[in-house]
Amino acid sequence: MAEGGEEVRLIGSWASPYVVRVQIALRLKGISYEFVEEDLKNKSELLLKSNPVHKKVPVLIHNGKPVCESSVIVQYIDEAFAGTGPALLPADPYERAVARFWAAFIEDTLLKASSQASSGKTEEEKTEGKEKVAAAIVTLEGGLRECSKGKPFFGGESAGYVDVILGGLLGWVRAIDTMQGVKTFDPSTTPLLAAWAERFGQLEQVEAAMPDGKRLIEYAYARAMQAAAAAASTN
Amino acid sequence: MAREGDLKLLGLVVSPFVVRVRMALSMKGVSYEYIEQDVFNKSELLIRYNPVHKKVPVLIHHGKPICESLAIVEYVDEVWGGGAPPSILPADPYERATARFWATYVDDKLFPAWIGVMKAATEEEKAEKVSQTLAVLLHLEEAFAKCSNGKAFFGGDSVGYLDLALGCNLFWFETLREMFDVELIDEGRTPLLASWAQRFGEAAAVKDLVPNVDKAVEHAKKMRRVFVH
Repeated sequence: MAEGGEEVRLIGSWASPYVVRVQIALRLKGISYEFVEEDLKNKSELLLKSNPVHKKVPVLIHNGKPVCESSVIVQYIDEAFAGTGPALLPADPYERAVARFWAAFIEDTLLKASSQASSGKTEEEKTEGKEKVAAAIVTLEGGLRECSKGKPFFGGESAGYVDVILGGLLGWVRAIDTMQGVKTFDPSTTPLLAAWAERFGQLEQVEAAMPDGKRLIEYAYARAMQAAAAAASTN
Repeated sequence: MAREGDLKLLGLVVSPFVVRVRMALSMKGVSYEYIEQDVFNKSELLIRYNPVHKKVPVLIHHGKPICESLAIVEYVDEVWGGGAPPSILPADPYERATARFWATYVDDKLFPAWIGVMKAATEEEKAEKVSQTLAVLLHLEEAFAKCSNGKAFFGGDSVGYLDLALGCNLFWFETLREMFDVELIDEGRTPLLASWAQRFGEAAAVKDLVPNVDKAVEHAKKMRRVFVH
């Protein structure tokens, strides 16, 4: 879709939280784009050519040039479309550094722990992963307090970079909460995050970008069954 | 030299992430108080200013801490931007995205691979990690061809963000060669990176910030005693 001469395409897959991040960012900025659904089991020439290093989604293609890695893409969107819509990163250099710190925390600490919790090689490793996730969420509550300074979002009055980086995960958080009967953002231990999740999830730009809840749960169950079948066949 | 009254850096002489930040500060001609940390026995200062990770580097500017080396480099570039000091990140958004993509790649893929060589418990494990490191370096060789556009550095005519992100690891490659006789950046396999590494080592801004290989070897031995069983 061309808009004032800009061509923006997003290669993604509907369930990927990393893709959701980019969709939220584009929608918050009010940038129209063409979504190209990728079959990750049968990767397209376009994906392989656009992201030869990782062969992963999301890939943003802006006027024919690819940008990869969701956090890099979100910053790119903010800079390349600086005149369009609200700024995602704060203007002040110190606040920007704080935002980058928390985005890195979400990737390197929270998501790494989450990966261990679900894909750890032993039950022990998985349990340790779950504990690390719980600890990371408590730390992130502190991060939200620091960034928001009493306002609704990490970005302050309006959603910003860290909101987008964390927010991309909300669909999966809700799915897991439903499937496991838990509250990842527990209002009793992490009240700010719990309120943030409600509030952020209700933004129209976020609702439009989120994967369908039921479909995500079905997909999660299907994947779990596949994994169990694979494990059983190797025992 | 710009005099900065209230700037401190908590660091470790042999940490590539700290060296990266020192190189950025040096490029900007900014002076600061450097406070060496003992990572095996963390100080009050470190715990206070980086409570989440308790790691170096931590830049403390007007009493406020900035953590995560790449975030610190961007901060330094923004605060001491404009005018005479060279820009660390490119101006163009697409080039910035490319530099950030590869810097992330260095930290996510290259660093764990070479650290794996350093910490390997068996010969097999070491060989596997060397292999991984070489595979990653091949991608970085291609990245250099694309980013440099025939010029001397990833950043073009002068050292930039990606040069710092990768270059701060080079003294560790020499250390690993010393300890294990492995050649990671090799003229035969990655000729562009080999000649870039030479130029980077001689660049004015970074020259005196690279620690002695002996110090790194000493640190590696200590790490292996603590972490390798």
